[in-house]
Amino acid sequence: MGSYIPNTRAQREEMLSAVGVSRVEDLFAAVPHEMLLEHLDLPAGLSELEVRRALEAMAAKNKVYGTVLRGAGAYRHFIPSVVKSVISREELVTAYTPYQAEVSQGILQAIFEYQTMICALTGMEVSNASVYDGSTAAAEAIAMCRDRKKNKALVSACADPQTIAVMRTYCFGSGMELEVVPAKDGRTDLEALKAALTADAACVYLQQPNFFGNIEDAKAIGEAVHAAGAKYIMGCNPIALAVMETPAECGADIAVGEAQPLGLDLAFGGPYLGYMAANKAMFRKLPGRIVGQTHDVDGNVGYVLTLTAREQHIRREKASSNICSNQALCAFAAGVYLSAMGAEGLRQAAKLSMSKAHYLAAELAKIGLPRLHEGPFFHEFATKCDKPGAVLKALDEQGILGGLAVDGGILWCATEVVSKEEIDRAVAIIKEVC
Amino acid sequence: MKLIFEKGAPGQHLSLLPACDVPEVEIVSPRAEAPELPHLSETELTRHYTALAKRVHGVNDGFYPLGSCTMKYNPKINEDMANLPGFTNIHPLQPEETVQGCLEVLHTSAKLLGEITGMDAMTFQPAAGAHGEFTGLLLIKAYHKNRGDEKRTKIIIPDSAHGTNPASAVMAGFTVVNVPSGPDGCVDVEALRSAVGPDTAGLMLTNPNTVGIFDRNILEITKIIHDAGGLCYYDGANLNAVMGVVRPGDMGFDVIHLNLHKTFSTPHGGGGPGAGAVGCKALLAPFLPGPVVEETENGCHLAVPEHSIGRVKNFCGNFGVVVRALTYVLTLGQEGIPEAAKNAVLNANYMMKRLSEKYTMAYAGPCMHEFVMDLQDLKAATGCSAMDIAKGLLDHGIHPPTMYFPLIVHEALMIEPTETESRETMDEACDVFLALWDLAHENPQALHDAPTRTPVRRLDEVGAARNPVLKYTPND
Repeated sequence: MGSYIPNTRAQREEMLSAVGVSRVEDLFAAVPHEMLLEHLDLPAGLSELEVRRALEAMAAKNKVYGTVLRGAGAYRHFIPSVVKSVISREELVTAYTPYQAEVSQGILQAIFEYQTMICALTGMEVSNASVYDGSTAAAEAIAMCRDRKKNKALVSACADPQTIAVMRTYCFGSGMELEVVPAKDGRTDLEALKAALTADAACVYLQQPNFFGNIEDAKAIGEAVHAAGAKYIMGCNPIALAVMETPAECGADIAVGEAQPLGLDLAFGGPYLGYMAANKAMFRKLPGRIVGQTHDVDGNVGYVLTLTAREQHIRREKASSNICSNQALCAFAAGVYLSAMGAEGLRQAAKLSMSKAHYLAAELAKIGLPRLHEGPFFHEFATKCDKPGAVLKALDEQGILGGLAVDGGILWCATEVVSKEEIDRAVAIIKEVC
Repeated sequence: MKLIFEKGAPGQHLSLLPACDVPEVEIVSPRAEAPELPHLSETELTRHYTALAKRVHGVNDGFYPLGSCTMKYNPKINEDMANLPGFTNIHPLQPEETVQGCLEVLHTSAKLLGEITGMDAMTFQPAAGAHGEFTGLLLIKAYHKNRGDEKRTKIIIPDSAHGTNPASAVMAGFTVVNVPSGPDGCVDVEALRSAVGPDTAGLMLTNPNTVGIFDRNILEITKIIHDAGGLCYYDGANLNAVMGVVRPGDMGFDVIHLNLHKTFSTPHGGGGPGAGAVGCKALLAPFLPGPVVEETENGCHLAVPEHSIGRVKNFCGNFGVVVRALTYVLTLGQEGIPEAAKNAVLNANYMMKRLSEKYTMAYAGPCMHEFVMDLQDLKAATGCSAMDIAKGLLDHGIHPPTMYFPLIVHEALMIEPTETESRETMDEACDVFLALWDLAHENPQALHDAPTRTPVRRLDEVGAARNPVLKYTPND
């Protein structure tokens, strides 16, 4: 069996006698005898070599694709080597939440820098230190907007279906009403939205670019939302924010999103990173940790967890959220990623992704897979396809993960890691099938 | 030290991406200005982060007896396994037949952790303990609702509970009923009996509780709730004391969350990611968030339970954390799991015994995996508080215990050594604790002034909250 217990049998005996008991079982005297477990049905423990073999065997049952043309909420982007090098540092990996600020300055400063970068990307005033992922960020955002007279949240049908599902679950908890605003031609139906914006509407959630990759008229939607007296939440892809209008420019009160594209592995869906930022009027309603700058007794600049009066360990049942652990190391990774890329590198990643996706769309149109929707898109787009099963299977056999089958066709994605050769090869395979 | 924005110069950058090999496309609605991000060379960038890492105390830097957080050693093999390319490069929406390894990780973990906890089904979607609480409470809510029992709106929580418990209950739409603890730190059974009724949805409890005591009335407590028609929720924050020895399922609990980042050795990353796996008895399994993994003759499949409460998170949760926890459980196995719990309890009792020489314990021993000291007497005698002792520890390279928790002990220091600390480390730490007790009597000012050897000294938290500076602004 493997063990990480340093004390020898002899040392344990000495400790037991120091404590004043003869057997360690005596320390469990408060446990009713009939409850004690007689047999734990687990396999015998393993040596490191054996456990490595067992896990490697599991990993080998997964298929790693050479080319990935699928996004739909999780994106394969280039990750600079410095990102993993930094976040593998044992100090950062093994520390707890920075409750003791004097010995946690490295984490606190990095989160302060992360908050600054999220504000730079979104244009918002204040960022928190992260939440679990993009969907929980969206669900927490709608909870921020609820008040006594406004108990309805609106979400565009063009948002990621998983985000809508998570919102629905959170609303089952809180008792908030969730209404889905229909889509029209792959975008949020503005007229339907205006009709849904009744006096009890607390907020509207819009994803940009939306689930189908299409770029929404976020400014016009924001104006309609504010005209009805509701709050405007935008869920934005952070790579797209390198080049696109910011949520602040579109009038958003809260900006959230899935920050996995900022230097995190696909990793079968997690750990990922939810970012959350708000304007000045709303920042005290943000859930979770927030790092603030201050100074020590000698006047040196330092960082602490701040505005804790919002949080569960102080406010208990009156807290703005229950969140305690977040995704700190993922936020750290995103900060390193953004620093390594810089504004120009991030812009390059965004433009490369967008250009490759447009090239793929054009090539697919030539072989009879035209787009499902018109208008501008970022790095994802849906095409018509009569036999998505056959297309995806043919690609799969050649080591290519094709797009995601969606209603009416296939949702494709291309990022900067896909080369023109890979796109040409994929299109040639599809042409054979169609 | 300088912020990353104050380093480097415009034009400095890394060489990361190639030129575009397809026709370039311009965005139709561009942002007005480029975001202000850092601009550094790779040398300066890596030095910045190395300097930051040096200003952090992790488990590998020294003793970390942070009560309730189970800061045990984080095995390196866990990291290697989570970083296998066969896990890191898997898109979460790949076809099921291409992710059989990932599904096997989840399925095997559910089976093994189900055995350890006495639960029948498990989900790994929740990302953290509090997220697990929220999920478990929604299961209770859905269960009552499905039976047409809509009047069960109250969750009973002892006053010693973690703050997340009442906060989660409110998020799940419940009203919180606080019940007092008795003088022994355990649930006041009579108070509980008078608190239950037809509006009781359930109870949230940690056992061992937050003062490190196993509640010997646990079977009676869970029976009182069940007899009233409620369900029992186990907060798994303290499972490390009892894993493999006694199971929450056998204590009468219906639903639990596990903090994989505490009990099951996955690192906490300076605040996360963790994982808050939720296990439940068969009666709640139809309500679990979907999808869950089911095993058939043809391999593993993802399926949505019949009355699922829906998703609580994207995809299958913090998968990489589950890989680490599975590696740990497979390593320890049948003998190692209870062995870890027993040694965690032995270590805590050993420290409790040694520190009892001078410090006052909030509750008499033996304790389970942690114990709480009450420094009210010391404060009255010397003016030195729990905070002062904690800050004194920092100068000796020891991370302080949890301070001022649970709330029912006023000058609390909660110590949890875990099983992975040696007697030698604990002896050194006890020597420091005892020396600080003496120092409090001899020179209290020295402790009020501590720490003096850390990268910064005591920070102005009041000022930080009063005038919040939450991001860097140039020329500020």
